[in-house]
Amino acid sequence: MDVLMLSRLQFAAATMFHFIFVPLTLGLSILIACMETAYVRTGNEVWKKMAKFWGKIFLVNFALGVVTGITLEFQFGTNWSRYSMFMGDIFGSLLAIEATVAFFLESTFIGVWHFGWDKLSPKAHAIVAWLVAGASNMSAIWILIANGFMQDPKGYVLRNGRAELDNFFEVITNKWAWLEFFHVIPASLCVGAFFIMGVSAWHLYRKSNTEFFQKSFNVAVSLAVVATIFTAVEGHMHGNNMALKQPAKLAAMESHWETQKNAPLYLLLVPGEDGNLIEALPVPGALSFLAFNDFNAEVTGLNDIPKEDRPPITITFLAFRIMVGLGTLMPALALFGWVMRNRLDKFPLYLKYLPYAIPIPYIAIQAGWVLAEVGRQPWIVYGLMRTSDAVSPVSTGEVGFSFVLMCALYTVLGAAGIWLMIKLAKKGPEDNTPIQV
Amino acid sequence: MTEIMEVGSWHYYLAMIWFVLWGVLWAVYFILDGFDLGVGSLLPFLAKNEQEKRAMLNSTGPFWDGNEVWLISAGGVTFAAFPYAYAQMFSGLYTALMLLLFALIIRGVSFEFRSKVESETWKNIWDRAHFAGSFLPALLLGVAFGNIFQGLPLDNTGFSQAGLFGLLNPYGLAGGVLFVVIFVMHGALWLTIRATGDLHTRAESLATKIWPVEVVLTVLFLVYTAMATQLFSNYMVYPFLFVVLALPVGGLIMMRTYLGAKKYWMAWASSCAYIGGVALFGVIGIFPAIIPSNPNPAHSLTIMNSASSELTLSIMLGVALVFVPIVIGYQFWVYKHFATPMTESDIHY
Repeated sequence: MDVLMLSRLQFAAATMFHFIFVPLTLGLSILIACMETAYVRTGNEVWKKMAKFWGKIFLVNFALGVVTGITLEFQFGTNWSRYSMFMGDIFGSLLAIEATVAFFLESTFIGVWHFGWDKLSPKAHAIVAWLVAGASNMSAIWILIANGFMQDPKGYVLRNGRAELDNFFEVITNKWAWLEFFHVIPASLCVGAFFIMGVSAWHLYRKSNTEFFQKSFNVAVSLAVVATIFTAVEGHMHGNNMALKQPAKLAAMESHWETQKNAPLYLLLVPGEDGNLIEALPVPGALSFLAFNDFNAEVTGLNDIPKEDRPPITITFLAFRIMVGLGTLMPALALFGWVMRNRLDKFPLYLKYLPYAIPIPYIAIQAGWVLAEVGRQPWIVYGLMRTSDAVSPVSTGEVGFSFVLMCALYTVLGAAGIWLMIKLAKKGPEDNTPIQV
Repeated sequence: MTEIMEVGSWHYYLAMIWFVLWGVLWAVYFILDGFDLGVGSLLPFLAKNEQEKRAMLNSTGPFWDGNEVWLISAGGVTFAAFPYAYAQMFSGLYTALMLLLFALIIRGVSFEFRSKVESETWKNIWDRAHFAGSFLPALLLGVAFGNIFQGLPLDNTGFSQAGLFGLLNPYGLAGGVLFVVIFVMHGALWLTIRATGDLHTRAESLATKIWPVEVVLTVLFLVYTAMATQLFSNYMVYPFLFVVLALPVGGLIMMRTYLGAKKYWMAWASSCAYIGGVALFGVIGIFPAIIPSNPNPAHSLTIMNSASSELTLSIMLGVALVFVPIVIGYQFWVYKHFATPMTESDIHY
């Protein structure tokens, strides 16, 4: 394998691993802050116990998210040094701003949150919880603005052999970035909500700490209903923008070959890298409508996109279907749980199997990123720089060594972390006596 | 490399400001993460029982995460303000940096993982991981900066691979050893502030013993630097620059004086001054290069040829002027409230 392929795999592995933990951090931090606020307002100890219990799991998850994020920032330099030289003026400054305005806040106050239960008043502690939640989500804004530039570059000028900043306002108001943000944040809330729902269902099924987990479930399921529907609706808007800006990605994710108006959507389709293997049951105009909200819109086909500019078709096609399929299942699961939330004991099967739904939003969100990033290939910055021109001129040996070491390390730490989280989740809140303030 | 800016232009002065801030960021990172890496490196040697291990870990527990962000910031600013230098530095030091990151990852999770399972084996695993994850970064940061002081083998295309074994040259290793000793001393002094009882006494006597080692190593390193690098050339042209040495030298003397007087906070602050002084000494030495090239200084990455655009540098300066004081403010608040001698409840978690 060459350095390019190794670096791509390494970056994909590092990002996807990082993104196992980030969405739960984003979602859970908000839920925990809400629990602490409820505690401050009502004085009911159950809320405090909830914040502490979910907080303990949150901390394990948070630690893995933070440490794996550091690798990403530095990988731009180690593995993608030509990209860094080309894009540093814009991309580097966005990362630096993210660290200054958000990451500092989040990392400083997570320690205060952890060690501050006895040192701060409940109100001050709740404020700290909101600072952590707000800062984590603010981090996401800057990272997505940076990613938005890679998807739809705006506000730059080519000078000195690189992309230089021309209009900062255009960079930070990039429509792509904000559509992404309003897709990723509610999707992360889904991860957090399904996590709490699943763990709560596990306990409710076993009738342990019923009051505690019923309350947790109710908070999470209400959020899940809103977040799943919002994510899906917003995802459609995001798709419309993508169809306009990145026709190659649209063509690849639908495996659409012939440029045509009134383009059909095939209910049965098996994609191939040089044309579809099977195409059956067309719904006339449906593809045009989904992409452009117009049955007669023209959809560019892969045959009109030069081969060297096409993304990998099968991966993009599958990632899109996994994301949308699971994205449809989630609101259904959430709505059912919400309607039946006070009669859950009548539906033991729902409670029994809901813990298995915890991975669903995770898989959907990973598929979404695969669609976004693999679908953008062969470009690292859409239309501006190819991934193959971005890689560092380092040796295969060095990248191979670090890749193998990274995979081994991440596997061990990830397994240990997930095992710990499951263990903590199953244990439940330790004792049933009220916590002393 | 071609020059991006004219010397004397507004763009140039902006880049100069960022060069200074770049140096300051690395210095602050070494000062802050230095003591928690030091405490971690001391973990297997200083703690005699479970209670003391917890005390050592919790002495840095509330701070290490916020401290580490200074590294992200220092890296981010290198990326943003001097992208060419960032690209060279991180790809040129590829394996060393990867090992540094992996070590920091291991240390970070060991904080969270250790206490979650009541098993001796489990705790031992994470204690060892914590030690490795603290000691290795101290060593590797020293090796990396030793090599930067000495100059990286850049050629006219910029890229040139040093390789891990190329970095492990005598001067690079000397930098590594010096960093380890500096951080261990810094960590021991931190423990004299936060630990109580036996652990406090042992930390204090250890710091007293390391001090002469630190003095000797600092002097040897300066002599070695004069022989192996061009770091003194700016000082030779402008001898008044030697004034900056007052900071590390003064810091060294004061940390021993305050330690003897049992003024632990002041002793630790002197160690901060010393670390800041060492960093400043290095930054002035490489100026105007960010990554000096060795053997051919003509290929160095400098303020002039590797900076970002004027607009990017100005916007970042605006962001920094507004937000860095805020960051310093709340981090100061955290230290004020949490860096107290530990009681039973601090060790409990």
